[in-house]
Amino acid sequence: MNFQDILFYIFSAILVASALGVITVRNPVNSALLLVLAFVTCAGLWLLLEAEFLAIALVLVYVGAVMVLFLFVVMMLDINLDRLREGFWKWFPFGATIALIIVAEISMVMMGKYFGLEEMPIPRPHDADYSNTRELGRLIYTEYVYAFELAAVLLLVAMVTAIALTLRHREDKRSPNPSKQVKVRKEDRLRIVTMPAEKKE
Amino acid sequence: MISLSHYLVLGAILFAIGLVGIFLNRKNVIILLMSIELMLLAVNMNFVAFSHYLQDISGQIFVFFILTVAAAESAIGLAILVVLFRNMRTINVDDLDKLKG
Repeated sequence: MNFQDILFYIFSAILVASALGVITVRNPVNSALLLVLAFVTCAGLWLLLEAEFLAIALVLVYVGAVMVLFLFVVMMLDINLDRLREGFWKWFPFGATIALIIVAEISMVMMGKYFGLEEMPIPRPHDADYSNTRELGRLIYTEYVYAFELAAVLLLVAMVTAIALTLRHREDKRSPNPSKQVKVRKEDRLRIVTMPAEKKE
Repeated sequence: MISLSHYLVLGAILFAIGLVGIFLNRKNVIILLMSIELMLLAVNMNFVAFSHYLQDISGQIFVFFILTVAAAESAIGLAILVVLFRNMRTINVDDLDKLKG
């Protein structure tokens, strides 16, 4: 058992434990933080698989942006936890049984000889000057460039949607309207009245 | 030695945990979104593992796009959640029966 195998088992144990924590702990803030731990651990596993760019992207994009967004929303909402936890333990045996059956079924297929070390030997590690990021970039900007553009458009649409959903115009808000201010004319507002001068008594 | 099956079984366990999370936390929309993230993570794990053992980097491109779509999905999901809470003061799935008529 070499060092990488030990690392794999440690990372896997932390990953499974934190994933179980995400779905079982009581407080949503704690489950968001446990999900952060799961993502970071998964990034470690991806480093073992020589997917360096994706590991860093997972930490930056997921932990840095998406999970912070989750934490913001969780902390912003004032939710009644007791009502949300109703029926949790009632469904626990059923859910656990289903999970065990799924894992057993998938394992029976995946532990077969087709995915073992004979059919899929561990590939030779890349040389020190091999750049995962360069290879990914080369593929993205040549073969997958159309999908890449579509992904960019998708992100733009998501951003516009999120802003359009959450932006609200309050009726009682007092703020200057520059277009109305520019359109103001003197004739609309100012009335010059000629009055006879009064004599001093 | 760690073979491809180790990673695939780990992905299966993660996926099952995400699925059970949807069963157990059926009332809390936030945990439902987090369970979906866990399931996507399991799928990504399988893609990266296959990409490594087959020495084909295209699998990592797919993970890249899945990450993009998942980020967009969770952003819109959370925006919907915020609007929902603003209008109904609850995120309990049982209370969301306005469309029932």
